[in-house]
Amino acid sequence: MSKIDWAAFPDARGHFGPYGGRFVSETLMGALDELQKAYEQYMGDADFMAELDHDLQQFVGRPNPLYHAERLSRELGGAQVYFKREDLNHTGAHKVNNTIGQALLAKRLGKTRIIAETGAGQHGVATATVAARLGLECVIYMGEEDTRRQTPNVYRMRLLGAEVVAVKSGTRTLKDALNEAMRDWVTNVDDTFYIIGTVAGPHPYPAMVRDFQAVIGREARAQHLEMTGKLPDALVACVGGGSNAIGLFHPFLDDESVEMIGVEAAGAGIESGRHSAPLCAGQPGVLHGNRTYLMEDEHGQIVGTHSVSAGLDYPGVGPEHAWLKDTGRARYVAVTDDQALEGFHRLTRTEGIIPALETSHAIAHVLELAPTMRPDQSIIVNLSGRGDKDLNTVAEREGITL
Amino acid sequence: MTRIEQRFGKLRSENRAALVPYVTAGDPEPGATVPLMHALVKAGADLIELGVPFSDPMADGPVIQKACERALRYSTSLRDVLDMVAEFRKTDAETPVVLMGYLNPVERMGYETFVEKAREAGLDGLLTVDLPPEECDEVAGLLESAQIAPIFLVAPTTSDERIGHVARAARGFIYYVSLKGVTGSQTLDTSALAERLEAIRQHTDLPLGVGFGIRDAETAGQVARVADAVVVGSAIVRLAEEFDGDPAGFAHAASEVVAGMRVEMDRVRASGVEASV
Repeated sequence: MSKIDWAAFPDARGHFGPYGGRFVSETLMGALDELQKAYEQYMGDADFMAELDHDLQQFVGRPNPLYHAERLSRELGGAQVYFKREDLNHTGAHKVNNTIGQALLAKRLGKTRIIAETGAGQHGVATATVAARLGLECVIYMGEEDTRRQTPNVYRMRLLGAEVVAVKSGTRTLKDALNEAMRDWVTNVDDTFYIIGTVAGPHPYPAMVRDFQAVIGREARAQHLEMTGKLPDALVACVGGGSNAIGLFHPFLDDESVEMIGVEAAGAGIESGRHSAPLCAGQPGVLHGNRTYLMEDEHGQIVGTHSVSAGLDYPGVGPEHAWLKDTGRARYVAVTDDQALEGFHRLTRTEGIIPALETSHAIAHVLELAPTMRPDQSIIVNLSGRGDKDLNTVAEREGITL
Repeated sequence: MTRIEQRFGKLRSENRAALVPYVTAGDPEPGATVPLMHALVKAGADLIELGVPFSDPMADGPVIQKACERALRYSTSLRDVLDMVAEFRKTDAETPVVLMGYLNPVERMGYETFVEKAREAGLDGLLTVDLPPEECDEVAGLLESAQIAPIFLVAPTTSDERIGHVARAARGFIYYVSLKGVTGSQTLDTSALAERLEAIRQHTDLPLGVGFGIRDAETAGQVARVADAVVVGSAIVRLAEEFDGDPAGFAHAASEVVAGMRVEMDRVRASGVEASV
């Protein structure tokens, strides 16, 4: 592999190699131009960055710890496992890093209304939270199927003053929530700011969300260096749209010795066809404003996805991941629902941390990876969210009524 | 001269505006589409916009979303839609047909395969809602070589600078989206529309079509006063829902809507308004 200047991506029009770009209807092009200008201006603006840093410290609780899971590491008998504790953020997941940033941009642009899509509800909660704090009107689109799987988060959003719209079209999951949010945006583009929750969508969203989430990797890199005097050997994160993974990976791209592994949801198994693993089993196409790997049929129709975790139940993935896959800089694997549940229980019982089901996919992979490595090596796992929201799902799968 | 140019040339010489009905291919069932296209032409359509069903029609309102879902019950694919165009062409060599849809089915087929099949089928234009001029270089060259017009949208939010950019990439005609919103939205301000069309004409000599929000003969007539083409979609497609299971009934009802618009549009133009191009 010839050396790639990672900082050069995306290009001016939002391309990561053949991926990314801006594939939206004409009505939104003006709003995206406006957003791109604002994003470029404010990311270099000292006042804006100071306000962002202040909020990340005082409201989110950053920096969060890089936790050395000594007991789990000992049990696995291989690499030392470190968890970046995004689950300790206010609202319980990494999502808030991005919503804080985008909401501050919305305020600078004079927008009075915030919309967002959500799958597991973590992004919806993080959006409703910042909207409440800034006094902005907030509408969250959520697939009807997901509103059933994630009732506590639906209630949480409503408590925060957001209107939660249960989307009944298509497969009634995250992709349909995104379609509906796009339809809202195209209709109300003058006063509305669309806070996309992952590193997908039309340019500049993949780059902008990555930049807001890169605080995860910057902190983790510095913390690991301070704790061990060296860089980690591997990074592991779950990938749905891929924002927590990009957030962890991005500041390490130039550290060639650091391996990066994204973990997709294999659902009932890749061979069953009931999964959410476009990087492992899909192919490039165009959806939701960008070119990336997709799950589609032979005619280019997007197919239904499956995962026990609503947050990974999406047929696409951020375009930068597609590019990292093709260039070989990161590799992508998939773990099944059952393996994820195993990861969920193992971490809970071994370290006293209940992880989100999304995060449990990353943990499941580490259970296999760590034993193949030496005890003087280390892995940073992004503990992207806490599992409170998933207690019903886990109990139900195991035949327990709460 | 392409079929689209011929058609607009003829209409201009007659001081008439083009009536462009949109129907989703395969809705309510695949066998209904070609007879429906012929029926619409007979009722007064000048150009047919044929929707390619897509699983995630992000720019469409509920009426056309449901049309896609009905068509996808039969897995109506882009390949099937091109077969329908070829079938239509067997007995109508003059009415231009434009496909309207989303990029992914075209990407999946492959641009070269698509353009070759589309040329063989006798397709005249391609409007992909989620393909702005900035991303179209690869497919535009292929379309050009096959004399298939890439048709682009201009929106109320399109800046003056962008209109110039869109106009340079566009062929056939330019489709002005008269409203912010998805297809099937309500209310249309025709005086603001006239002003907007005038601004677009500063950048192009291409005919200007107007769509989104044209619900009935009266609105169609008002738009025909200022535009070169009137595109009507949801007002027709909503009938497919009503006549689900009765393709002949749907074709009859759709023809009535089109015929009513035809009469009103021609009346408005004949009552002394000069053709605007």
